[in-house]
Amino acid sequence: MADIALKSSVKAPARDITAWDRLKVDRNWLGLWFMLPAAAFLILFLAYPLGLGVWLSFTDARLGRGGEFVGFENYDFLSDDATFWLTVFNTLLYTTVASAIKFAVGLYLALLLNERLPFKAIIRAVVLIPFIVPTVLSAIAFWWLFDPQFSIISWSLVNLGLIDHYINFLGDAWNARWSVIFANIWRGVPFVAITLLAGLQTVSPSLYEAATIDGATNWQRFRYITYPLLTPIIAVVMTFSVLFTFTDFQLIWVMTRGGPVNATHLMATYSYQRAIMSGYLGEGSAIATAMIPFLLLAILVSWFGLQRRKWQQGESND
Amino acid sequence: MTSITRRTLMQGGTAAVAAGALTGPALLDWAKVWAQNAPWKPEKGAKLAMLRWKYFVQSEDDAFVKLIDAFSKATGVPVQISRESYEDVQPKASVAANTGTGPDLFWGLYSLPHLFPQKCMDTTDVADYLGKKYGGWVDSAVKYGKSGNRWICVPICYSGALMNYRIEASKKAGFSKFPDKLDAFLEYTKAMKAQGTPGGFALGHASGDANSWVHWCLWSHGGETVDAKDKVIINSPETAKALEYAKALYGNMIQGTPAWNDASNNKAFLAGDIYWTNNGISIYVAAQNSAKQIAADMDHAYFPVGVSGKPTELHLMYPVLAMTYTKYPQACKALMAFMLEADNFNPWIQSAKGYLTHCLNAYDNNPVWTADPKTTPFRDVAKRTRTAGGLGSVGEKAATAISDFIVVDMFANYCTGREDVKGAISVAERALKRIYR
Repeated sequence: MADIALKSSVKAPARDITAWDRLKVDRNWLGLWFMLPAAAFLILFLAYPLGLGVWLSFTDARLGRGGEFVGFENYDFLSDDATFWLTVFNTLLYTTVASAIKFAVGLYLALLLNERLPFKAIIRAVVLIPFIVPTVLSAIAFWWLFDPQFSIISWSLVNLGLIDHYINFLGDAWNARWSVIFANIWRGVPFVAITLLAGLQTVSPSLYEAATIDGATNWQRFRYITYPLLTPIIAVVMTFSVLFTFTDFQLIWVMTRGGPVNATHLMATYSYQRAIMSGYLGEGSAIATAMIPFLLLAILVSWFGLQRRKWQQGESND
Repeated sequence: MTSITRRTLMQGGTAAVAAGALTGPALLDWAKVWAQNAPWKPEKGAKLAMLRWKYFVQSEDDAFVKLIDAFSKATGVPVQISRESYEDVQPKASVAANTGTGPDLFWGLYSLPHLFPQKCMDTTDVADYLGKKYGGWVDSAVKYGKSGNRWICVPICYSGALMNYRIEASKKAGFSKFPDKLDAFLEYTKAMKAQGTPGGFALGHASGDANSWVHWCLWSHGGETVDAKDKVIINSPETAKALEYAKALYGNMIQGTPAWNDASNNKAFLAGDIYWTNNGISIYVAAQNSAKQIAADMDHAYFPVGVSGKPTELHLMYPVLAMTYTKYPQACKALMAFMLEADNFNPWIQSAKGYLTHCLNAYDNNPVWTADPKTTPFRDVAKRTRTAGGLGSVGEKAATAISDFIVVDMFANYCTGREDVKGAISVAERALKRIYR
């Protein structure tokens, strides 16, 4: 009896832990395999086209046939090209003005929507509509609104007796610039507003109460409580907003095709015209690649300029 | 009804051209006989896809669909037709050429096959067959169709862009006949503006209308982009004169023309906002449907003739090309030839109501040119036109110059005051030199 009991209590000899066993539970190994699908996706659809685009900019590739390596020739040509520098100017103007106004209006709208309002949910949904409507559709609508001959704005103003001839919205260089900037602002404000609103709602009300008790005015509350606590959100939303505005294509292409006389040509639309419509893939890629330094600069500014508070980096407050 | 036999078919040529319309079952019978006798027998199991420019005149598209139907029934080759706005055909074709897949046939603008000539199928046999049968090709068609010694496309038709003007307003301004010389035309625009009935030419990136008038303006003053050896000669006193003339015209146009695309002048003319412009016959056709008083009050005229005394117009040509990657080259060739056979081409041209002009001489007799006298000026556009690139080669370089809007931008830069004469010319010269190096 004791023998049987003893036998059954003897355990099986422990087997050696193999390398494969260790690997099976190694977090890095498992992590790699879990990441692989997403990485494959990103590499295939982001990294590879980006790399290919930069490579193409160093060749004289044409649409319809490949090209050979030509070094910096495309960039050389562009550095003397008046139209290219005009598109750089247009893009910088378009991005700066539109982003600044979108930020201001978006922030104001967010502050308003943060107050107690009747029908708040409906108002917030309505505010989001310009952003949700497909860009091409709103661009076509704006194209008609700003048409030199058929604009409803001009028609209304003429019938009200305020002006005596139709406004040349899209036929005059500067008018066209302001028109597309306006359309972009109309489209982009909801994104900024709703995101900032989300950020505003994370600000603890006890801070406001403490400030009010200390006698702070509305402006001081905004300046010393709201704004500093919002800066990480602002950094994120403005980075996205600047990036998307800088690389805007649809709005410009539908409204003006870059006209009149290239006054609204952005680097993205000019790159398309050179690469696809004229077939100069090399030059078009060079124009597109030339956007990268500007975009990197925008990211760096928002990263380093707006994330300087220690607590934003995860350390304790200063 | 004449019985359709091989004999009557072979007696084709000019006789059959004037006879015109076969429809319905007759068309199908004829098509079957044609298919049996055509030099190109479609491959077994062939299927074709063709991308064509979106119609400007609905009836033209309807007739085209019938034509394709007859071909499909006769040869057993289904043909899938897709349509794009004609300025979008080129990018799509370019991408297809680059990637090696896509529609087998493209029917686009004149410059298209020359953007990728090595990717276009050799169509010399089809072109020779049609030229022999129908009185020969016009000169510009030969120039457009060939790259070196071989044909890379088959010119199907031209779309003329001529002066469209309102008769009563012109009469009131003192012009009972449309001016046919440059100075008189400038006076005409001045007078029309003074009495409150201005006109306009597109100065935006309108691939058809803008290229058409700026090249007329440049060439009629003796200016050229390149010479016969493809050397860039745009920097010349003649070009400067053309720019000054255009600026004077611009002063007599309505506002907004630098933003015009190809449809803008149609809209403005039909709304009665402008009283002269350049366009194909599409304005007239649209007016007959929706603005009959404008249709009755408008007419067409040739562009004024310039310093050389000869017409210096640029009219759009629409060739059909087949890609070398197609699996069914014989079927492609059969379809190309089928499109231009008299029994198909005549009724199709007629249903286009003058929008499309032939480039095979035998089709001069088609009744569409005489049924309505307002259509007649469009009959000869294929003969009046110079080729893209002017004196220079019709090829990739001319095609790129046109699709880059180099000449259009030069005129727009000067007319809007963005550049002075020297500046506008030097910008264009630099861009042309890069293309023609």
